[in-house]
Amino acid sequence: MMPFDYHRPDSAAAACERGHGAPNSAFIAGGTNLLDLMKLGVMTPETVIDVSRLGLDGIEEQGEGLSIGATVPNADLADDPRVRARWPLLSRALLSGASGQLRNMATTAGNLLQRTRCPYFQDTDTPCNKREPGSGCSALGGEMRNHAIFGTSEHCVALHPSDMAVAMRALDAEVEICDPDGKTRCLDLDQFYREPGDTPHIETRLDPGDLVTAVRLPAPRGDRQVYRKVRDRASYAFALVSVAAVLRMQDGKIESAALAFGGVGTKPWRDLEVDLLLQGERPSDALFDKAGETLTQGAETHEGTAFKVPLVKRVLKAVLTEATQ
Amino acid sequence: MTLEHQIDGPEDEGFARPDGNGPLGADLERRDGAAKVCGAARYAAEHHPDGMLHGVLVRAPGLGPVRLVNADEITAIPGVRRVFHDARMIRNAAQGGAGKAPVQGVKAAAYVGQPVALVVAEDFATACEAANRLRVEADGADLPVHPKAGEPDPDKTKDKTTGDFDTAFSEAAVTLDVTYTTPAMVSAAMEPHAAVAEWDGERLTLHGALQMLRDNKAELADCLGLAEDKVRVLSPFIGGGFGSKLGISADCVAAALAAMELGCPVRVVQSRRQVFEVNTRRTETSQRIRLAADRDGRLTAIGHSARVSNLPDESFSEPVLQGTAFTYAAPNRLLHSELVRIHRPAAGSVRAPGEAVGVTTFEAAMDELANEAGIDPVELRLRNLPEVEPGSGRPFSSHRLAECLTEGRDRFGWDGRSPEPRQRREGEWWIGTGMAAAVRVNMVSDAEARVTLTPDGRALVESDMTDIGTGSYTIFGQIAAEALGLSPDDIDVVLGDTDLPPGSGSGGSVGAASTGTAVWLACEEIRRAIAGRMECAPGNLTMAEGHATCGNDRRVLQDVLSGQPLKGHGKLAPGAAMKKVRQATWGAVFAEVAVSDVTGETRVRRMQGTFAAGRILNQRTARSQAQGGMAWGLGLALTEALVHDRRDGHAVNRDLAEYHVPVNADVPHLDVRLLDEPDDWAGPLGAKGIGELGICGSGSAILNAIHHACGVRIRDLPATPDRVLAGLA
Ligand SMILES: Cc1cc2nc3c(=O)[nH]c(=O)nc-3n(C[C@H](O)[C@H](O)[C@H](O)COP(=O)(O)OP(=O)(O)OC[C@H]3O[C@@H](n4cnc5c(N)ncnc54)[C@H](O)[C@@H]3O)c2cc1C
Ligand code: SF4
Repeated sequence: MMPFDYHRPDSAAAACERGHGAPNSAFIAGGTNLLDLMKLGVMTPETVIDVSRLGLDGIEEQGEGLSIGATVPNADLADDPRVRARWPLLSRALLSGASGQLRNMATTAGNLLQRTRCPYFQDTDTPCNKREPGSGCSALGGEMRNHAIFGTSEHCVALHPSDMAVAMRALDAEVEICDPDGKTRCLDLDQFYREPGDTPHIETRLDPGDLVTAVRLPAPRGDRQVYRKVRDRASYAFALVSVAAVLRMQDGKIESAALAFGGVGTKPWRDLEVDLLLQGERPSDALFDKAGETLTQGAETHEGTAFKVPLVKRVLKAVLTEATQ
Repeated sequence: MTLEHQIDGPEDEGFARPDGNGPLGADLERRDGAAKVCGAARYAAEHHPDGMLHGVLVRAPGLGPVRLVNADEITAIPGVRRVFHDARMIRNAAQGGAGKAPVQGVKAAAYVGQPVALVVAEDFATACEAANRLRVEADGADLPVHPKAGEPDPDKTKDKTTGDFDTAFSEAAVTLDVTYTTPAMVSAAMEPHAAVAEWDGERLTLHGALQMLRDNKAELADCLGLAEDKVRVLSPFIGGGFGSKLGISADCVAAALAAMELGCPVRVVQSRRQVFEVNTRRTETSQRIRLAADRDGRLTAIGHSARVSNLPDESFSEPVLQGTAFTYAAPNRLLHSELVRIHRPAAGSVRAPGEAVGVTTFEAAMDELANEAGIDPVELRLRNLPEVEPGSGRPFSSHRLAECLTEGRDRFGWDGRSPEPRQRREGEWWIGTGMAAAVRVNMVSDAEARVTLTPDGRALVESDMTDIGTGSYTIFGQIAAEALGLSPDDIDVVLGDTDLPPGSGSGGSVGAASTGTAVWLACEEIRRAIAGRMECAPGNLTMAEGHATCGNDRRVLQDVLSGQPLKGHGKLAPGAAMKKVRQATWGAVFAEVAVSDVTGETRVRRMQGTFAAGRILNQRTARSQAQGGMAWGLGLALTEALVHDRRDGHAVNRDLAEYHVPVNADVPHLDVRLLDEPDDWAGPLGAKGIGELGICGSGSAILNAIHHACGVRIRDLPATPDRVLAGLA
């Protein structure tokens, strides 16, 4: 690991200022992702700013919704009785991720901002456009499995690996950001994350010094919430495919549906066309098949990722069946 | 004095034999367990001699000739002592039992990831940083990295033909011709390979994470050009090996040469990623299996041909057909194996080399044949058990496969199973059961041990034998206690130091039986001395409860010893028995699985294993070995695969997040039953190896259960959800 300066500011504003002033800096929260990547030489910040003790670790009620502090541990968030009662989707997604030890350390913002698990990104001996812009993409033409089929570009097909973010996407969460000028802004997850395009190294709309301070969860738009994750082993593995669903039923019809997908997108994936297609319809196999078709029509697959198309369709159908029963 | 014994046959040479009432066989906890869980057991990397420096290995980023671009700049970093690019560094770990240096050199990379430099600094952080900054360039070389692209090595091609396979196959009522593939795998032991080397100007002392110390000492000496007696290797505690620590590893040689050059102790610990690429992996295999049978399911022909791989100049070739050679009778047999030379990380022994992959695929093919022939899979196997070893005609030293099959069948509750697949469903889950036979050759190794009966009536067992977490310490305590009529608590056991008599080491499941027999022989020598002192025939001596008794003469041990210690030295050698009989261990494994019709995910719901491996020396440690083997079988069937990049062969998923060993949630209740019976051809203890048997077949019980559950045959392992799904869709 390269030597680095370590700072532990005592306010969010001071953290932003530090981050703004030091060009090659990184915030550290739980460190479960950043430290691994630093040890591998993949991330080489010269300044590390510890944000774990800024008092951003509370979960507050905000109207009908919740404001979840940036440094709330994933384990605490999953255990929160309010979350479990009204946003059970989020609890389930969190608990399906990583391991107990990791969830104790991992934080809300860290989870949103965890880097891809593309093995070539993590290997400094192989070209990677995300790690070293312009060097090429080793995954293309190489070993692909944990890679995306939606939102990809010819420069990068890296998957966003988070489970939590998939649930949050279906729950219409917004990220609260504090900037070095002391201003606060909110972005929904669609705006927050960027697709790779020809700048795969730029993953979000965060500017230098921007600190994520919270995630705002609005009141749930449905009481039927399902998270289903498919993986290579029963626990402690990233999603091959996951589906998050938030539905409300009225008189035997789907009043509203919000679906998000993991394991398939360069960012936590959502396709509003799929949501719309379901709205106002009576549940049926044909409808669910159509939803799957609509979702996957633009999929870009490769030898190692082609299986995700049938898989995500089947899981979507099963999830919709469960959520509408 | 030394009591030597060579196992030539079942004959009794007047040795005492365990009577079954003593501490041997008891269900005892591992005596090193408490020290391990509280951190008192010191592993290799936990030795911190004064003035110790830290070395970090640096890999070749590509194939072909390599150059260090900025070594001077790195050497100038404050705290960095030296950058080694030393011709004595080894390309990859030595093969198990090599006893001499593996391929050495750093000028060209035969595989991506080969260690080509060592950066030594005063502290670990500086060493890591400097290693990260050291730029290594590889020219690249157009070398084959895929088994399909490699050329078979004529020296490694083996054919064994009996009868007329082609005619039998073409005339048979039922035939099967299938190809299975298994991926590369790694041991993935918890403790990374690590070494701390000290040089006093004359003698090298190395704390390592190693399984076979007498060989490792010779390998290290050969690498460094030292006489063997100038090298001492210690490895009293090892956090798992599974074959990956059989031979001297890159960290050991690098630490040793750096310590010798710099005159300071040097520690080198492999990073987790290095653990995955610089030691030895299990080769990937491609296996064509052809079976022919008559209407009753009696095999008339067996064809098994396997392709494996390794780096150039590696002697090891995975003996895939080892189990096929003796498991089932068939008059016409065609066994063929070949090895291609490719430039992936070196292949070597990983737990049960040969049978782990060979029996697993063969037993899956047997299940396919059972289906084709419409015969119950257990019954099919029972109908094809040989009387003598096929081909050679040698008798078996003991043959318990039929009992394992029938007892396992009863215990699992196999009867009443519908022969058709896709018969049971719970929600979206298809439920099915499957079974497989398990076989593993039994091996014996040279082994020595010393036992000292001390004047206070306690005993000390000493050998350079290792305990890789399997229970050697505990078992040797039980063996000595049994032989000398003491309690296991009265026995001290010291292992893992080459200054002690050379044991067998831990590999090929030989440790407990071979070194254990040497301990027994050492005790026998003591018993004979005591009998002499009491003027009675050794056969008339009983030792129990701290007393020696001959007829009416009963004495406490302290009196017999009268203030002087009594030493015994046991030396075991494999003998003619290995030629006269086929000696093996036996088992049957049954599994119930659930397969999701939605996702293709498989969950194993329960497994039963019935095993026969001679005398069981400790019920608990033997059961643990069987369970560990079954969990490995689960990994082989469902989750584990080391992925190599198709362009340069490098190991892609080289960490524990992406190389999927089964986790707790994957492993259900593993019911184990051990058929305990001494094998007369296995020396006075009658014990055989059990460490590897559990993995030899259990994976195919799962694969066969997947087929029974949902009708999908997985022939390319592992059965990950995408592969099962492809069959379901
Ligand atoms: C073996 C393993 C298995 C895993 N399995 C899963 C899984 O199955 N599913 C899953 O979803 N995740 C999984 N994870 C990932 C895990 O969830 C993340 O590592 C974790 O959530 C990161 O949180 P952290 O607080 O430790 O982040 P850190 O490592 O501290 O930071 C991560 C990134 O976020 C940035 N950051 C942190 N806080 C802020 C902030 N307030 N504002 C701006 N930037 C910030 C950091 O600069 C850094 O770039 C796994 C991880 C490991 C190691
Ligand atoms: S997919 Fe993206 S992260 Fe992976 S190698 Fe290509 S550019 Fe790098």
